Amino acid sequence: MGAPFIKMQGIVKKFPGVVANDHIDLDIYLGEIHALLGENGSGKSTLMSVLAGLYKPTAGKILINGVEKKFGSPRDAIANGIGMVHQHFKLVEPLTVAENITMAEREGSFWLKLGKYEHELIQFGAKYGLSVNPSALVWQLSVGEKQRVEILRILYQGSQVLILDEPTAVLTPQETCELFENLRTMANEGCAVIFITHKLNEVQALADRVTVLRGGKVTGVLQRDEIETKRLVRLMVGRDVVSHYDRKNVSDGQIVLEIDRVNALNDMGLPGLNGLSLVVREGEILGLAGVAGNGQRELAEVIAGLRKTTMGTVRLRGEDVTNLSPLEMIRRGVGYVPEDRMGMGLIPELNITDNLVLKCYQHPRFSGRWLLNNREIYNKSTQLVEQYQVKIPSLEQPIKLLSGGNMQRLLLAREIANEPKLMVVVYPVRGLDVGATEAVHKLLLELRLRRTAILLISEDLDEIFKLADRVGVLSRGQVVGDFNVEDADVEEIGLLMAGSAKGVENDVCPR
Amino acid sequence: MFVPVRLEKRLVPSPVMRIMVPLVSVIMALVFCGIFLAITGRDPLEVYAAMFAGALGSAYGLSETVVKAIPLMLCALGISVAFRMQLWNIGAEGQFYIGAFAATWLPLTFPNLPGYVMIPGMILLGLAAGAMWAFIPAYLRAKSNVNEIITTLMFNYVGILLVDYFVYGPWRDPKGLNFPLTARFADAAILPTFGASRIHIGIVFALVLVFILLVAFKYSRWGYEIRVIGQSERAAAYAGMNIQRSIFYVMLISGAISGLAGMAEVSGIAGRLQPGLSPGYGYTAIIIAWLSKLNPLAIVLVSLLFGVLQVGGYLVQTFGVPATVASMVQGAILFFVVGGEIFINYSIKIASRKEALTEND
Amino acid sequence: MTDQIVSILAATVTAGTPILYAALGELIIERAGIINLGVEGIMLIGAVTGFIVSVVFDNSWLGLLAAMVAGGLITSIHAFLTITLRANQVVSGLALTLFGTGLSGYLGKAYIGIPVTHPFAVQPLPLLKDIPVLGKVLFNHDILVYISFLLVPLLWMFMYRTRPGLLLRAIGENPAAADAIGAKVFVLRYVYVIMGGMLCGVGGAYLSLAYAPSWLENMTAGRGWIAVALVIFALWNPLRAMVGAYLFGGIDALGFHLQVLGVTISPFFLNMMPYLFTIIVLVMVMQRQGGRLTAPGALGIPYDREDR
Repeated sequence: MGAPFIKMQGIVKKFPGVVANDHIDLDIYLGEIHALLGENGSGKSTLMSVLAGLYKPTAGKILINGVEKKFGSPRDAIANGIGMVHQHFKLVEPLTVAENITMAEREGSFWLKLGKYEHELIQFGAKYGLSVNPSALVWQLSVGEKQRVEILRILYQGSQVLILDEPTAVLTPQETCELFENLRTMANEGCAVIFITHKLNEVQALADRVTVLRGGKVTGVLQRDEIETKRLVRLMVGRDVVSHYDRKNVSDGQIVLEIDRVNALNDMGLPGLNGLSLVVREGEILGLAGVAGNGQRELAEVIAGLRKTTMGTVRLRGEDVTNLSPLEMIRRGVGYVPEDRMGMGLIPELNITDNLVLKCYQHPRFSGRWLLNNREIYNKSTQLVEQYQVKIPSLEQPIKLLSGGNMQRLLLAREIANEPKLMVVVYPVRGLDVGATEAVHKLLLELRLRRTAILLISEDLDEIFKLADRVGVLSRGQVVGDFNVEDADVEEIGLLMAGSAKGVENDVCPR
Repeated sequence: MFVPVRLEKRLVPSPVMRIMVPLVSVIMALVFCGIFLAITGRDPLEVYAAMFAGALGSAYGLSETVVKAIPLMLCALGISVAFRMQLWNIGAEGQFYIGAFAATWLPLTFPNLPGYVMIPGMILLGLAAGAMWAFIPAYLRAKSNVNEIITTLMFNYVGILLVDYFVYGPWRDPKGLNFPLTARFADAAILPTFGASRIHIGIVFALVLVFILLVAFKYSRWGYEIRVIGQSERAAAYAGMNIQRSIFYVMLISGAISGLAGMAEVSGIAGRLQPGLSPGYGYTAIIIAWLSKLNPLAIVLVSLLFGVLQVGGYLVQTFGVPATVASMVQGAILFFVVGGEIFINYSIKIASRKEALTEND
Repeated sequence: MTDQIVSILAATVTAGTPILYAALGELIIERAGIINLGVEGIMLIGAVTGFIVSVVFDNSWLGLLAAMVAGGLITSIHAFLTITLRANQVVSGLALTLFGTGLSGYLGKAYIGIPVTHPFAVQPLPLLKDIPVLGKVLFNHDILVYISFLLVPLLWMFMYRTRPGLLLRAIGENPAAADAIGAKVFVLRYVYVIMGGMLCGVGGAYLSLAYAPSWLENMTAGRGWIAVALVIFALWNPLRAMVGAYLFGGIDALGFHLQVLGVTISPFFLNMMPYLFTIIVLVMVMQRQGGRLTAPGALGIPYDREDR
């Protein structure tokens, strides 16, 4: 194997309050495909951002061919042959592929000789099996093609090391297949490919070596022949026993929400939900695990009336509520804690009172035909703030000044105060600390005891196992698997999340 | 950045800066325009002194200041309603003219109506016409997302030309020595004034409106909805609000208020419809609305300040200084306030050299 | 009759030229990602400075140069406010229009009614002027018209065929992406906003030095606003801006000539046409685009590096 091309030694990266990377060592050889595996928050993206020149490490050093280098910017990294493809592509959409690539060249002629340039690009791309149409406008390309343009741009700048941040998160199976094909060609051409992922099947399908991270530390480095699913899961998840909260069992209740083979489009106009079906009963928490981007947002928005379905039915307590307006869903008792707390669930600039009545200001108790009943609103707000023990200096304060935990608590309080029949909760503890997480979880369990049906959408398996009565997995716009929590097996769920369950097993290109 | 200066977004807009920025802006604007005055050979202090003395130093000046402030207040109140929802209705000028135009129709067609029918009739016509003039931009914005800045603006020119057509044509007073004016309204169509001054009860319209808007913004469901939609359309949709309908109504109300301003001006001041009824009140009002941070009470104060500038500008003409010096100062005030916003929303930190290097995280 | 049509078409070109210059200026500014609603004010400043300098130095070229410098200077205020201070672009532009209107009225007061001694006069181009019909329509104008003929294709070439032009398009579309590949977004935005302001200044100077040629308070009469609408009509493409400018010029010219032709229609209604036409065009553009304009992606959004 020889000497590693890149040697990262003792990399530490601290953010205020968090150690994202804790003395990480990583070796990268030319010609290998190296997977960086870990759950969200394990520090893999941070580590690669350090390597790509976006972040400066708090401690540790980077050696390229044995020589220590310091990167001040992504351009320094590129100059040393390291380029990164981010999840959000840095392409200018209305420009052509060739224009986007030539734009990045540091020494270029005044006149664009696009005809000649496009010809060169095709030939250059062919070397790596990257076929692109250089004269196509970027916005016309599929996500997979855009990704190829990013890769081509990095290679064209002379990079030998290509970092890809969760490259398959946005790809179709066919595109994934093509990408893997290309990556193998690149490795054969002598490049090093580092790809960040949390999908086990991809590691198995592609990686020559894998480094597993957990909590900012390396938990293992495996060679190709050591890669084995169970072992990876253990290194990645590292959990032995999943603790349940102490809770009373609620007997089988009536069906509250029934979704039958629903289709809906995502924001890009592509299928987001593909014939999704599920049932939630009163007094039960259905936990849907799954990797982000598999229809989480679309599902929640369909239930809240914010997104139209193209097929299928949604029933609430027996009534067909398909494609009713958000207001009508609120009136029928649907509570919704959206994933985007600051952008949708709350209005950061407005004060706490305004935020607390967002969902109920139309209720006769809080407003007449014209005027708001500000006293009732004030009383209600005070009562909620006290009941949920949120410490605030004044109700007049813009809500953005509160901590994330307090914001989420108030958001939940507001939704709960409407006495929902059904509560949809998406990533409820994202970005919260341990204490706040606990508080949010307790609120959800209390709500369950009051026989509300709860749909919990989360990527955090711990959370799902702690709270849910039944567990399913959201994958490619469908619910796959349905377990009672007692019978559910973490590894099996993990496999389903990774999309490698039986039946979908062969969706990642075999080697 | 080469200079080790860093802008740090403030969590809360600085309250001190909120007061300081407009005050300092007025002073800086006067200095800035003073430079131009000085370059062109005039003593800025003398010009400003003459302006302020003229506008504030006599009963006549003071009452004229209020007279000028009335249409400014009304238009700015109308504009503020739309701006609260981030709708850039800059068509107050046209809505003003059309309001005046519609109000004129009544006394010209039925000159003998009694005052208690005439004035309310004219008010209603002014309101309705102003709303109608905002209708098409509102419709195009709500339905096809056509930029309301351009449409409201183009409608300003169309409205003014429409008025010109009528006063130069069908409505021209046959006894008016060929001047482009309509006949003078019957007394019943003239808004009552206070004492001998020209201050008419349009000021009462404005103050009542201030009260209504204060209540509406703070205590009404509608005010709450504009607040939410103006801040976050996504949150509004999430809360089940009808955003398109709100856009529509807000534009109509905004237009109606400017239409009322036109009615008040034609009935309270001019007594007849004539070209040049507004020396750009509708545009000046945009600045007033912005400077007042869309607060109705502040609009009253800022309108009075701008009344001073307008009257002062008018009076310094006797010194041979063009009246446009007023809009120059107004534009400059806006520059400084807009630029000064950064001090309200950001705090400016001088980064030490080391900090500047390790930035970027 | 043919003579009539030819003279209407020739007048179309003259009437369209000031709008064309201003629209090209605004186009460059918007391509860089900045909305500038101050065109009307910048044009007035250009018109008045150009006029004063021409009269004082008896040199129209010097006047034109002064108009460019003044246009650039006044627009640099907008650039500073919107690029460095990240101010609201709509409001800053409105302030620019107000300030420009006021300042031009102030500066020009003494010059109302004074003639320019040497305005840009008609200089038929040898040979070309003898082409039947076209010669009279296109090549029987002043030199500023000819320059605009050259400017349009040059700007088009710059935007679509050169590397700096590519970066211009990139910084208006996606400044973060341009920044990531090392473009100096802030500097470039300043350069293009000021350049655009200079062209708007030329548009104003054309009115006072060639079209009128004299100075009148508010002589742009909304042409600056038409230029703003025209840029949208043109979908930010200089060639289409030229077509649009002549369309507007044509309506202007038609009003003049219809009366001569004996058509009785009130001049007030004729004058409304460009404004109504602008709205109709906007609606059509929006409908054809399915409610989404192909405006530069970052238009109107201040670029803040730390937001990325």
